[in-house]
Amino acid sequence: MNRLTFLLRKEFRQIFRDKIIIIMMFAMPTVQLIILPLAMDFDVKSVNLSVVDHDHSTYSQQLITKIASSGYFKMVGAEASYRDALTYIEKGKTDLILEIPAGFERNLVREGAQKIGISADAINGTKAAIGGNYLNTVIASFNAGLGINVTANLTSPPASIIDITWSNWFNPLAEYKYYVVPGVLVLLLTMIGGFLSALNIVKEKETGTIEQINVTPIKKWQFIAGKLIPFWIMGMIVFTLGLLVCRIVYGITPEGSIPLLYLFAAIYLIALLGFGLLISTYSNSQIQAMFTAFFFMMIFMLMSGLFTPVESMPLWARSIANLVPITHFIKVVRMIVLKGSGFSDVQPELLYIIGFAIILNGWAIWNYRKTS
Amino acid sequence: MEEKVITCRNLTKQFGNFYAVNNISFDVYRGEIFGFLGANGAGKTTAMRILCGLSFPSSGEASVAGFDVYRQQELIKQHIGYMSQKFSLYENLTVLENIEFFGGAYGISRKEINKRSEELVRKLGLQREAKKLVGELPLGWKQKLAFSVAIFHQPKIVFLDEPTGGVDPVTRRQFWDMIYEAAAAGITIFVTTHYMDEAEYCNRVTIMVDGKIEALDSPANLKKQFAANTVEDVFYKLARGAKRENSG
Repeated sequence: MNRLTFLLRKEFRQIFRDKIIIIMMFAMPTVQLIILPLAMDFDVKSVNLSVVDHDHSTYSQQLITKIASSGYFKMVGAEASYRDALTYIEKGKTDLILEIPAGFERNLVREGAQKIGISADAINGTKAAIGGNYLNTVIASFNAGLGINVTANLTSPPASIIDITWSNWFNPLAEYKYYVVPGVLVLLLTMIGGFLSALNIVKEKETGTIEQINVTPIKKWQFIAGKLIPFWIMGMIVFTLGLLVCRIVYGITPEGSIPLLYLFAAIYLIALLGFGLLISTYSNSQIQAMFTAFFFMMIFMLMSGLFTPVESMPLWARSIANLVPITHFIKVVRMIVLKGSGFSDVQPELLYIIGFAIILNGWAIWNYRKTS
Repeated sequence: MEEKVITCRNLTKQFGNFYAVNNISFDVYRGEIFGFLGANGAGKTTAMRILCGLSFPSSGEASVAGFDVYRQQELIKQHIGYMSQKFSLYENLTVLENIEFFGGAYGISRKEINKRSEELVRKLGLQREAKKLVGELPLGWKQKLAFSVAIFHQPKIVFLDEPTGGVDPVTRRQFWDMIYEAAAAGITIFVTTHYMDEAEYCNRVTIMVDGKIEALDSPANLKKQFAANTVEDVFYKLARGAKRENSG
């Protein structure tokens, strides 16, 4: 045990001697947690819309006013012809074109039906699809308003329409930030822990100091623990910092138990650092370690369900996602922070993460050879 | 009878078809300065790494400080010091921090470390540099410090792999004074070098050529045996037969 304290002292001294690393370690999660979720907001606001109104009637004016006042659209043009409006799309100035044909009001009143045209710039598919959806919703609601007016004049009862209403659980306003911020926090923790630990042992290989360690009676597990513990402590500080940013900047406070959240973070970090150290034991240079870590980090990021739900991935992708430790941690953080899940809800994920921690660290210790 | 601290019988290390160390046998006695000479690539470092427990031999037997190189490497490590070819103290730690860390790594108590490191710093004349980063010291001082750290835990044997490479002649002389002092204190010195004048300082010298031991005796006897004036001449006579490329 005494040897371990000497190792820890040495590691901490080296970590704190590198001022840039220290600054990056703490500035990175704080700054990025403030910036990244804004960029990852999937709520589509201010869809650019051009209107081509061939009818110039009261109804067409009402429809346009209704759309404009919905708050989702920015009216960028009112053109005389569809062709003019199309140049807007070509120049990327508008996302959607709404074309109201001549005779719009007349046909609505006389025949109760009228087609209108919506054209979307599908280069940004998400924006086009969601914008189109919004527009449909607004028009449907306009339609329903018309229906009431029309049916009021008739004696027959209004047609029964199935109207679906829904409520969003755990994130009532369906705001993207509640979904994405805890995920980004986990991602940052993963990057910092993964890269720093992956580069550490290999740095000793590059400078040749590992040989001097290997010729001492320091045990393998002591050496690995000496590397793991300082980064674990730094990781927990980063995690705490991240939670504070969540609270102060986004007003997100965990619904569930904070100790449970920390228990997960603690074990997750052990697993992740073990992974980094494992890469370190296989690499011979920092470049190799960096590339290897980067390769896995990309997979971790995109497979983890941070951006897309794991459930909607094909089966093979889902099985990869389950082999990625971060997937389980993101899931649990969302469960605890947003849903307030308790211990029994997250138990399976806990077992997964403990398994990762044991396998990755055991593997790293096994693969670190004092005698080759 | 003198006590053997290293015994080596038919030791071989093979990498594929390449015999880095080919069937070497020798003994090293307590308190002697044992020189290991050879051109680059002759197998000196490989042999030394096996004896230090850093590398497994392919065949043959060897024991260091009474422990077997196959099964008891960690016990060997407790009783030896090692200074590698490449400077391997931590450049981003200070002189005192390096001493403290390696002292602790060998299980010396903190109190004892403090006492001994104070003495050591005084002996090396590094009082003013004690709190400086090792990376800022000149090479000669670094090497002297590395040697002092290697024997800080008072090992039975210290292995020095080309300890004076790139060091100026004055510092080399001082370095050998330190080696003599350590030997006088009972530490067996196992040193590789390709400076032939340094070979003259050794009690006994081994000359390795292409992984094999071609000669082993005291410098005086070697000169007699090969009818040469200096160990350097002996070396040239033997090394001329080398087949391996003399590089790297």
